[in-house]
Amino acid sequence: MRIPILKLNNYLLISIQTEIDDQTAIQFQEDLLDEIYKTESSGVVIDLTSVDIIDSFIAKVLGDVVTMSDLMGAKVVLTGIQPAVAMTLIDLGINMKNVPTALDLEQGLLKLHKELGV
Amino acid sequence: MNPQSCVHIHKEWDIVGARQLGREMAKEIGFSTVDQARIATAISELARNIYLYADQGKISYEIIYNNSRTGLCLIAEDEGPGISDISQVMEDGFTTSGGLGAGLPGVKRLMDEFEAYSEIGKGTTIKTVKWLR
Repeated sequence: MRIPILKLNNYLLISIQTEIDDQTAIQFQEDLLDEIYKTESSGVVIDLTSVDIIDSFIAKVLGDVVTMSDLMGAKVVLTGIQPAVAMTLIDLGINMKNVPTALDLEQGLLKLHKELGV
Repeated sequence: MNPQSCVHIHKEWDIVGARQLGREMAKEIGFSTVDQARIATAISELARNIYLYADQGKISYEIIYNNSRTGLCLIAEDEGPGISDISQVMEDGFTTSGGLGAGLPGVKRLMDEFEAYSEIGKGTTIKTVKWLR
């Protein structure tokens, strides 16, 4: 299973719509970094509106992909984290402090525009 | 214990299967969306521990009743290497796998009751309950 990555101008958009297993998550990490490199994208929005569970492993993969993209020079924003997911992450002891987030895709794109100054 | 369902964990995809079943049961019993997510996440952590440390094992699910309360009881069992010091793995941030170390303390916070038994060379059993509010 592969998570589709869409290109919009100099951004990449991802909406995770399926139940993610560990392998899919790792594959997505690789695919996204490849795509950033190929398209020279400066910003990425990963929308999690349809994701109803984020466990410690998925959280680690998402946190890592933000750091990895940052190393390459692309800013990532996670959007649409559901209330139940946010509460569960804090119970788990995962605060994702260094991960930029926004309420929804629209706010996420605005945040990128601001940060990247375009 | 008379488990109503059981999921064997021996491949990575079983982690997803185990948490999906847990969520379905939690929904049927009437747990809120947040508690459904807590239960599914706890199962995911337990199943991953089995897969990572013991290769295989199983998770059993039982709907339990105590006085007027209803709860979902999960039992994660494996015959893996066991844990030498349970109190150590219950510390936040302790990890041997290079993960986040959220593992067992995280599961304990997500659920209402939590007990762990382990014997070196024999395996580990974790029993945890979430009560319907």
